[in-house]
Order: sequence, then C-alpha cells, then structure tokens
Amino acid sequence: MRRLVSDTLVIAERNLVRLPRAPELLLAFTVQPIMFVLLFRYVFGGAIKTPGYSYADFLIPGIIVQNIAFGGFVTALGLNEDLHKGLIDRFRSLPMARAAVLAGRTSADVVTNGLSAVILILTGLAIGFSFHTSVPEAIAGLGLLLLFGYAFSWVFAFLGMLVSTPEAANSVGFIAVFPLTFISSAFVPVQSMPSVLRAFAEVNPFTITVDAMRSLWLGAPAHNNIWGAVAWALGIIALFAPLAVARYRRAAGL
Amino acid sequence: MSIDSDPPAAAVTPGSQRPAIDPSDGTAAVSVTGLEKSYGSVRALAGVDLEVPQGTVMGLLGPNGAGKTTIIRILTTLLKPDAGSARVAGLDVVRDAARLRERIGLAGQYAAVDENLTGLENLTMVGRLYGERRAAAKRRGEELLERFELLEAANRPTKTYSGGMRRRLDLAAALVARPPVLFLDEPTTGLDPRSRLQLWETIEGLVSEGTTVLLTTQYLDEADRLSTEIAVIDHGRVIAGGTPDELKDRVGGERLEIRLEHPAQGEIAVQALATMADDPPLADGELVTVGVHRRGGAIVEAVRRLDGTGVGVEDIALRRPTLDDVFLALTGHAAETAEDDLQDAA
Repeated sequence: MRRLVSDTLVIAERNLVRLPRAPELLLAFTVQPIMFVLLFRYVFGGAIKTPGYSYADFLIPGIIVQNIAFGGFVTALGLNEDLHKGLIDRFRSLPMARAAVLAGRTSADVVTNGLSAVILILTGLAIGFSFHTSVPEAIAGLGLLLLFGYAFSWVFAFLGMLVSTPEAANSVGFIAVFPLTFISSAFVPVQSMPSVLRAFAEVNPFTITVDAMRSLWLGAPAHNNIWGAVAWALGIIALFAPLAVARYRRAAGL
Repeated sequence: MSIDSDPPAAAVTPGSQRPAIDPSDGTAAVSVTGLEKSYGSVRALAGVDLEVPQGTVMGLLGPNGAGKTTIIRILTTLLKPDAGSARVAGLDVVRDAARLRERIGLAGQYAAVDENLTGLENLTMVGRLYGERRAAAKRRGEELLERFELLEAANRPTKTYSGGMRRRLDLAAALVARPPVLFLDEPTTGLDPRSRLQLWETIEGLVSEGTTVLLTTQYLDEADRLSTEIAVIDHGRVIAGGTPDELKDRVGGERLEIRLEHPAQGEIAVQALATMADDPPLADGELVTVGVHRRGGAIVEAVRRLDGTGVGVEDIALRRPTLDDVFLALTGHAAETAEDDLQDAA
C-alpha cells in the first residue's frame, strides 16, 4: 500500500513535470475551455430560456462539468502513447505497484482539472456569473467537480488501454462522452427536450452532477442530486478502475 | 542484488575455452524449458528450451516474427507463457514475478524513455520506482549519465536527443538497479554504425563486469560479435544452438580463397591443392576456392604447393563462413526477413 502511494506520486509528478513542455496540451486546458464559454454565452445565450437564472449563471456549472469530464482525455491519449512508445513495458518490468501508472495519471488529472476549473470560474465571473451561496458550499462544489473529473479520468484510462491508437482513443472518447454531456441539463433546461431525450437526460449522471453543482453554487433546490452525484462518481471509479488496471496488467505493448 | 556467488574455481576445467558450468547446479542465469505461447491461432513459440550460464551472453538470432521478442517478454514477466517454465536469476517468471522484477533490466526495441522529461529526470523516475529515495535515485542517475557520456545532455528533454543517445539512455534506465540479468530486445536496430559500435562496446563492458545478457537481434554480425552462445530461432523454435564458431563449423570449415595471376592456371592449381581438401577445390576463372578442415598452416601450405607448380598467386585469404551462411544452411532461406514473413503468413 505504501508502495502504491509513493509510486503513484512518482508517476503523477512525471505527468505534471512534462505538461509545460507539451504546449499543445496546455492549450487544451486553458484556451479551449475559455473559447467554449464565450461561444455558448454569446452565440446561444440569447436564444436559450433559463427560468430563474441568467444564462451565465445557468451555463457556468454545466460547462465546467463538461470540461472537467473531458479533462481525462489527456489520460487516454497519454496512456496510449506510453503503450506505443514502450514506456508501459518499462513500467511493467519494474518492481512497482501494478495500479500506480494509472493512479498516477488520474491523480495528475486532478491537478490539471483544478487548473481548468479555476480558469473557467474566472472566465465565468468576467461574463456575469456569480456565486449565490456561501463559501463552504462553493468549495464543496469545487470538490464535487474534481471528484467527478477523477471518475471520468478512470473511464478514459480504461479507454486509453483498450484502443490501439491515440486517434482511436480520440474518436471513441469523443463519440461516447460528447452526446452524454449534451443530452443533459448542462446547456439547456431538460424540460425543453423531446420526451425520449428528456427521459434519458433526467437519469444521466451529467444532469445529476450539473444540478448538484447548481444547488451548491446557485442555491437551486438540491433534492438528492448531491448524494446522487457523489454516488455516481464513486460507482464509476469502482467499475472502471479495476477494468483499467486489469487491462494494464495484460497490456501487450505493440 | 547479486545472485549466487561465482562458481568455485574448481569448476573451471583447465584448458577448456569456457568455464564448465553445469546448468543443473543452479548457476544458470536463465533456464527455459518447453516454452509455448500462441496469440489466437498464431503459434509464436512452439516449445523453446534455453540455458544461459551466468556471466555469458546468449544471442537469440532470427528473422522478424520468429518469436524472439515473445521469449524476452515472457522472461521479463510482461507476458505469461501458455506452457513450459522459465527461471531467471533463480526465480520463476510466473510465480515469483514480483521479486524477479527487482533483478532484471530490460531495454527495448523502442527506446522507452519519456521524451518530455530530461535524461536525468527519466533515470531518477526509474530509480524511485525501484523504491529508491529521490536523492539516491538522482545520484545513481548522474552516475549512469556520466558512464554513458550523456552528462552534458542530462538536463535536456530527451526529445532533443539523437537516436543513439536515446538508446544509451534506455540502456542506462535498464541498469539503474544494477540487475544481474539484462534483456536487450534488438538493442541496435535503426542505429547508425558508429552508435552501434558504441553500444556494442558498452554491452561488452557490462558483460566483463559479470552481467548476464540475453539479447535478440536480426543482425548476424551483432550476434557473432557479442554472443558467447547463439540460439537460432525460426517459427517459434530453436533450430540450432552453439557458440558462433560451432555454428559456423556446422556449415563446413573454412575456405581458402585464392586469386590467381593467370586464370588459365586454374586447373593446375586445383590439382596441386586437391589433397588439402575433403572436397575437390573449385576453380572459377582466376578464383580458386578450397574447403580446408584445418586452419593452422593452410595458407603457408597452399602457397608452397602453388609455388612448387609455378602457379602465380595474386591474393590468398582464409574466409570463415559467416552467420549468413549458417542461416541459409539451417533454414533454407536468407536471414532477411520481411518478404519471407509474408510468404510464411500466406
């Protein structure tokens, strides 16, 4: 167990140290989310009715959850690259904890997701978003956000170990996760959707998490959303972490 | 870190070329029996037996797809065999996999270093993953960088390294924990001749310090130069084994190649040299080839005979059969590779 923690930290450090040296990745964490916030706020914002809230208030929790969920993409691409370049072989030939390579990756994502979240919150504040709740609630919201992002990092870790090329990881991840984020309450109220989509959107973990964020940041009625969101995140980790580690143990390299 | 102590001096038979190490007494660094592995319907290994005595170099020689890399992957615990058993440094590759990983080093076909980390960061990371503290891992990293003449590039991201530098760093990473057994999967594939030579010298240095090396290669000259023993692998089996010299002897002894001053004297030369060889000498224009079973004195004897019959000699040389000849004789096809594989697959 001690080995797992220390090996995980070594790998997490590796992934964070290399980050500033790969500028294209840094762009994905900074410029891209800002771009999306501005596009949604000013292109769709005027057309979408969000009863009770300004669109800026409505949008920011949703778009942050979407961005953080995609933060794990770095893990999918990075692991796939490691697989192809023989680094996974090297790690697997070392006497290190078997889960550490993946746990280190996903832990590093928590740091980069935190960075993305701060940038998005600042952008939000600049375009009219404001917290309507207390500081502890706002911080709890940030915590929930990072937990949800961590859960999706494990989904992407599994994906990265599963597919044969980084390009495949990119398209499979995009096709699987993108609709999930859109058929939710992230960008529009679910009441505006056709009934089939709406039925799906209401049980979608994205909707539950986004609604939980809105109650923690905007004071919207919480219902069971906060515990629901935590349960979803823990459930996703419980399912995908063992799947990803099992793939890693059997990784065939090239 | 070291395995059993060196074999006692008494075990070395005086006058023998190699120390007489009995593999059964536990001094074999690598011992493989009946190893089998299939990927789906493709049989990668069809029963491989190998024995590598401590402190020696075993070269696995074979074309692409022969099963060399599969053997390395099983011996380094990356892959489980379907059948058979393998012990490395006294440990079973399946049952003792976790402990075994502390005693082996692996350097791959693809230089497995993080190209966004510096050379020193790469080695420090590997050291820490062996359980070293940061400071100790860094010291060991610096030591290795110096040894591999990479100290000047220590703080540059490895993506700025040349191919040869990356290979050296990859090898350095394999040596971080001073493993007694080292696995090198095609260590010089894709390197320029100078980097190749450098890497060969490094490997020879490690062996002289007592490291056991198992390497795979498609290059006959590489196997010839580095290996104490060679196992020729084809279609997932060891089709021949022995020292480079033994393998060459199996193709036939050495050949004396004589270039005559006058092509017309070829017949006289053949008659003069006939009793030196088992098979009749061959004359082809000014070139006469004589198979000789004894190396010593062959040139002097041939020159004496030719001089005695008035045949003018322009050039004379002993040519040893190369491993190319060996491979062709053993497999019926040349050692290079891609086209053969396609035909095999068809």
